[in-house]
Amino acid sequence: MTTHDDQGSTAHSPAILTVAGLSAHINGQQVVEQVDLEVPATGVTALLGRNGVGKTSTIKAIMGLIERSGTVTLAGQETEGLPTYKVARLGVGYVPEDREVFAGLTVAENLKIAERAGGGHHYDLVYDLFPELYERADQAAGTLSGGQQQMVALARALLNDNKVLLVDEPTKGLAPRLVSDVTAALAKAAELVPVLLVEQNLTVVRDVAQGAVVLSGGRTVHTGGALALLRDPETTQRYLGVSTGGAANPKEADA
Amino acid sequence: MSTVILLFATGLGLGAIYFLVASGLSLIYGLMGVLNFAHGVFLSLGAFLGWEVAQMIGSNTWAGFATSLVVGALAGAVFAAVTERFIVQRLYNRHIEQVLVTVGLALAAVALFDGIWGTDPEFIRGPQWLAQTTNIAGASIPNDVFVTISAALAVLLSIVLFLKKTRFGMVIRAGVENRSMVMALGIDVRTAFTLVFTIGGAAAGLGGVLASHYFGYVSPLLGQTLLLYAFIVTVIGGLGSLLGAAIASVLVALMQQFANFYLDGTGDFAVVVLLALVLLTKPSGLLGRRQV
Repeated sequence: MTTHDDQGSTAHSPAILTVAGLSAHINGQQVVEQVDLEVPATGVTALLGRNGVGKTSTIKAIMGLIERSGTVTLAGQETEGLPTYKVARLGVGYVPEDREVFAGLTVAENLKIAERAGGGHHYDLVYDLFPELYERADQAAGTLSGGQQQMVALARALLNDNKVLLVDEPTKGLAPRLVSDVTAALAKAAELVPVLLVEQNLTVVRDVAQGAVVLSGGRTVHTGGALALLRDPETTQRYLGVSTGGAANPKEADA
Repeated sequence: MSTVILLFATGLGLGAIYFLVASGLSLIYGLMGVLNFAHGVFLSLGAFLGWEVAQMIGSNTWAGFATSLVVGALAGAVFAAVTERFIVQRLYNRHIEQVLVTVGLALAAVALFDGIWGTDPEFIRGPQWLAQTTNIAGASIPNDVFVTISAALAVLLSIVLFLKKTRFGMVIRAGVENRSMVMALGIDVRTAFTLVFTIGGAAAGLGGVLASHYFGYVSPLLGQTLLLYAFIVTVIGGLGSLLGAAIASVLVALMQQFANFYLDGTGDFAVVVLLALVLLTKPSGLLGRRQV
């Protein structure tokens, strides 16, 4: 029952990350049943769906943070059975939901700990995108605002040469002005590295994403172009529970 | 007044020993979520091997004493590192099994020490000066107290510097907060696990030698007896907090000394009351973070 539509998608560039038949468990509870998705080698692919359909779990399963089965292939390499740190070393930048910065470490330390061996560290890029982090280098990350913490979380992923970024709800809980800052940063990052983006704010999706994958009940139910999806009121109503007919901000209430 | 000073000084000495055990315990729990019931036997092994070496060199010489400190710390470190690598690491994230295996190791090690050194406490002595006292404001303070306090301060300072100034230290601090995010940044956090066990074991082994001079004996159960108080200290200070462990060590030991002297030997009871109060009012401990 997976629907597919090629309109406006970038499906023809070869995939950098391929997920097939993914299922995952947390404490014996199945949270992902049957997820198939491809992240093309350029641009942003949005991973969409209502709350609790397994978006975050899919990201965690790709990172090897939760028990999983199925295949996850990164740049031609199968990652089955690899511990999380080896998945990351293959070139995966992870920006978790709720940021997960190290509160007791300074901003500079949060970046330093993210430095992976065997590659350059793009401090120039990071400080260019987020000059605030340079100014606040010696501040404990726990004392930063939510938006600043999100910058730290993104910066950690952008510091290294990555093949793909997994970015989980980067605008969650942010003030509107910060949402546009983060969106701009995402768009800029996506020029350098492909991104798989979980996002509830459909305005952000419309601004940055080319491809879209929709999950429902732990399964992939739709794959196609992001714009085409957002223009399709029936599908968005059914799987996202929002109406995207108008130009109004379709942001879901998300506490 | 001199009694108060004496109780205060010996309390600090006892607190120093608690800290040497609790520091490792707290870091290990904070980083790995492992309650290490075998921590006390690291201490006992340090104490026994330290005493053996001191006797070989001459137990009343300073060279013997200094060597025993080094050997004690080394013995604790090696025992702890081997325990982590070959036992605890194989049960990664299986917390119940980890507790059981460390309990089992502790029982087996105590039995082994019984077999080698006998079940009776062995009374020991160090250099003459250690057994003498120094007069401070009318109180005669045993000299070994000064050595014990200095050693604990040195350990506290070294661990703090290590945690603050080195990359491994940074990984440990970050891992205590959020282990899975550390792994997701591409860091093999198991190296940090082994390191934390090794550091904790070294501190406990050193504590073993110092404790044997403080109490005047070594016995197979020395470490496990101290471990009980170290656990209390760790909980009161906040699991995972080194500074919390330092503060709680002093607090618990002073309370014990004063209650034992002024309140009819109720030191242990006072400690348990303090533990209950902390758990009721601030379950995460004095400096502990809330568990996420």
